[in-house]
Amino acid sequence: MIFNIKTADIEPLRERAYGADKQGNIDPLVKKIVKAHGNDPTELLQILRRVQAEYRHIPQRAVELVATQLGISHGQVQGVSEFYSFLSTTPRGQYDIFLSDCIIDHLQGEPAVMAQLCNRLGVKPGQTRADGRVSVDHASCSGLCDQGPSGLVNGYPLTRLTLPRIDQIADLIERGAPLATWPQEFFAIADNLHKTGLILDPPLVPGKALEKAFATGLDGTLAEIGKSGLRGRGGAGFKTALKWKFCREEAGNRYVVCNADEGEPGTFKDRVLLQSHAHQVFEGMTLAAAIVDARQGYLYLRGEYLYLCEPLNRILEERRRLGLLGRKILGHKGFDFDIRLHLGAGAYICGEESALIESLEGKRGVPRNRPPYPVTQGYLGRPTVVNNVETFAAAAKIALNGGDWFAAVGTEKSKGSKILSISGDCARPGIYEYPFGTKIARILEDCGADQVIGVQIGGPSGTFIAPREFDRKLAFEDLATGGSFMIFNENRDVLAIARNFSHFFAHESCGFCTPCRVGTSLLKNCLDKICDGHGTAADLVELTELSRLIKTASHCGLGQTAANPVLSTLERFPHLYERRLREISFQPGFDLDGELEVARRLTGRDDAYAHLTQEE
Amino acid sequence: MGTITIDGQAIPFQDGQTLIEAATEAGVYIPHLCHNPEFKPHGSCKLCSVKVNGRVCSACTFPAAEGQEVLNDTDELNEARRMITEMLFVEGNHFCAYCEKSGDCQLQAVGYFLKMTGPRFSYFYPRREVDASHRDILLDRDRCIFCELCVRASRDVDGKNLFAIAGRGIRNHLIVNSASGELEDSGMAVTDKAAHVCPVGAILIKRQAYKVPIGSRTYDERSISEVSLSAEAPVVAAKHD
Ligand SMILES: Cc1cc2nc3c(=O)[nH]c(=O)nc-3n(C[C@H](O)[C@H](O)[C@H](O)COP(=O)(O)O)c2cc1C
Ligand code: SF4
Ligand code: SF4
Ligand code: FES
Repeated sequence: MIFNIKTADIEPLRERAYGADKQGNIDPLVKKIVKAHGNDPTELLQILRRVQAEYRHIPQRAVELVATQLGISHGQVQGVSEFYSFLSTTPRGQYDIFLSDCIIDHLQGEPAVMAQLCNRLGVKPGQTRADGRVSVDHASCSGLCDQGPSGLVNGYPLTRLTLPRIDQIADLIERGAPLATWPQEFFAIADNLHKTGLILDPPLVPGKALEKAFATGLDGTLAEIGKSGLRGRGGAGFKTALKWKFCREEAGNRYVVCNADEGEPGTFKDRVLLQSHAHQVFEGMTLAAAIVDARQGYLYLRGEYLYLCEPLNRILEERRRLGLLGRKILGHKGFDFDIRLHLGAGAYICGEESALIESLEGKRGVPRNRPPYPVTQGYLGRPTVVNNVETFAAAAKIALNGGDWFAAVGTEKSKGSKILSISGDCARPGIYEYPFGTKIARILEDCGADQVIGVQIGGPSGTFIAPREFDRKLAFEDLATGGSFMIFNENRDVLAIARNFSHFFAHESCGFCTPCRVGTSLLKNCLDKICDGHGTAADLVELTELSRLIKTASHCGLGQTAANPVLSTLERFPHLYERRLREISFQPGFDLDGELEVARRLTGRDDAYAHLTQEE
Repeated sequence: MGTITIDGQAIPFQDGQTLIEAATEAGVYIPHLCHNPEFKPHGSCKLCSVKVNGRVCSACTFPAAEGQEVLNDTDELNEARRMITEMLFVEGNHFCAYCEKSGDCQLQAVGYFLKMTGPRFSYFYPRREVDASHRDILLDRDRCIFCELCVRASRDVDGKNLFAIAGRGIRNHLIVNSASGELEDSGMAVTDKAAHVCPVGAILIKRQAYKVPIGSRTYDERSISEVSLSAEAPVVAAKHD
């Protein structure tokens, strides 16, 4: 199925750089935006997203005003404005373009697309053109690896970019054509559903899981979910029934949060679930709310999926009409629950559940200290269930069909099936649902991959496996994955892959703790040095020492996995690293002669004595 | 009440105490920078990394629980701490030789304590802003290690909330909560707690630089382990008295 964005849902272009009154005063509009969000500080990120859309940046005056109106500190507003990739404190273009920097988009030709775009428009990555018409930049994976190279324009996804299409886009931009008039196929998003299983097929009929849950009884339903063996699909694999049970045992207002941040490069199955199975996801959330007794739910949607906002809101509306949300759900007195969308703004760390909660509260996405865990102290300090999109979708089906139905599939420790996002070097990238326990070789065969040099399972934070491991299994106890499955063939450069991933982590580190904040940048620099041919044996030692430290001493899962690309490729392909090393024991990371360039220019010299040659 | 062991030695703890609090009261030094028992635990520098039943945890935030076997003074952990200290040195601009905090600086003192010689990593030489606008207080961000002690002191003790961290990752930077972003307009006073908690030379009181000559400063005479224990043990004890 192809998902077409309705042109009516696309925000109009802002003609002027400033949505201000005639005197250039932005105050009335900013105040209006804040008011529309109920002057509520937890809405800060949503407010700043609006301000960004309106003014193409967060003007300093808006920072002050938003702080005053919300009664929070200037520092909090400034801090948030500078934290998220899609907010900017300097003006971006009327057409604000981000191309996905994901390794898979690279394989599909992103560098040439970027070069062409910049060339045609006369800008450089990271720049806004002097006339304010356009800005171009890189962003982390946009979740469209099965139809890349991809990007975003004013928040809306562009898929299957080719050089001719870039030419068309450049023309449209130069003409100032509103996005709603651009050819629809530019924004077309395919589901690419290739293999379905327990979770995806058949999609849940709205209301059926809740009806069944009330018929069975809520305790009984929780017991069924326990019996199903369902474990979290977002990464850590925590038992879902246990999480819900812990939460309901806590006192006070409880919250249910669906984690749709889906930031792991190479993952896009949550996007497809929300595109085609949204009822099922919302029903899973409502089920959780019934069981833990929550009144409010949030769907934290990554900023890249802005285009899903309107369709999802329509489905929420429909569910309210059907009596599946709101007051007295399905006529059950005292069962009141509703769901709101909360958009992110470009920060992988906000997928980490405690950072997500901070972001939901209108703060920078910095992971909290644990304990306490979210089930005891989560959103606004209250007990909170955070689950992945797929977990809720699976729970809804389990409520309907029973625990045994699910547990009959999979392995002893990993029950049921798992939805994979398959991308990279294969004939049929897209969504595949497999029973746990399926061998990697089988998956590669199904999607049409051959001459494979390795598969990155679980995204950059996962493991890179070599062909001799292809009889390993998809399972929590063997190869765990949140869904990312990236395939690389023999023409690919393993070091370039590790390098791309190390850039990703350095870009996404929240900066809270030293090992990750500094370590990911050091790791990136070290890999750059090796890939650029300046590496020596000493750098391999540094790489190993650094990796070990970042893995063990970091504060959260981002840092703890940030060195995995290096560690797993170094373990399997040491010769590829060694081949790149220079034969001396140390070489500085900089070019000595290059460093003298400024001095040469200042003194107007360029003779032989004004140059250095490096002794080896 | 209960007992844990640190490097094999039995250490009593009070309910609700963190590992570092229990250790401090018992006279065991665990290296730390972002921790100061007067403030809410933060857990960002990771210098206090210890092993609890085989897992690396931050002693300043991790709650003590009956029977935990904690490793603290081991070669492996000290090597990790040395590497973290080196990271903090290369990340900012620390020119100890002419920094007026030299000898009173905890980063430097911890470096000595861990027998750090020089950093193994390349320097970042970041460009950071110096704010000399205030009459009595200097903010030199070159030396900031993001411990957020000033943030906590200003927010939780002074009730002024004058500092915050902005940015993300390696681009993090300390900002001042005032419309101009300058310290001068912030209402900060030299008597504020926040003016006296910086472990490094990022927040300095002006015109004090050489009152105490180099050579007779805090860590010139005693190691950071001694200084820290004698200053902090009473603070920790006072919490449960
Ligand atoms: C850096 C980082 C990013 C994460 N990103 C996501 C994400 O995008 N989606 C998700 O469901 N879980 C993500 N997680 C895992 C969550 O912290 C959490 O474990 C999960 O949402 C729990 O849901 P589950 O039990 O249903 O898997 C991430 C964790 C880390 C450390
Ligand atoms: S590990 Fe990285 S992302 Fe996690 S808290 Fe530390 S700096 Fe932030
Ligand atoms: S200025 Fe000092 S106290 Fe404040 S965060 Fe930086 S190092 Fe810590
Ligand atoms: S002292 Fe514990 S993390 Fe800084």
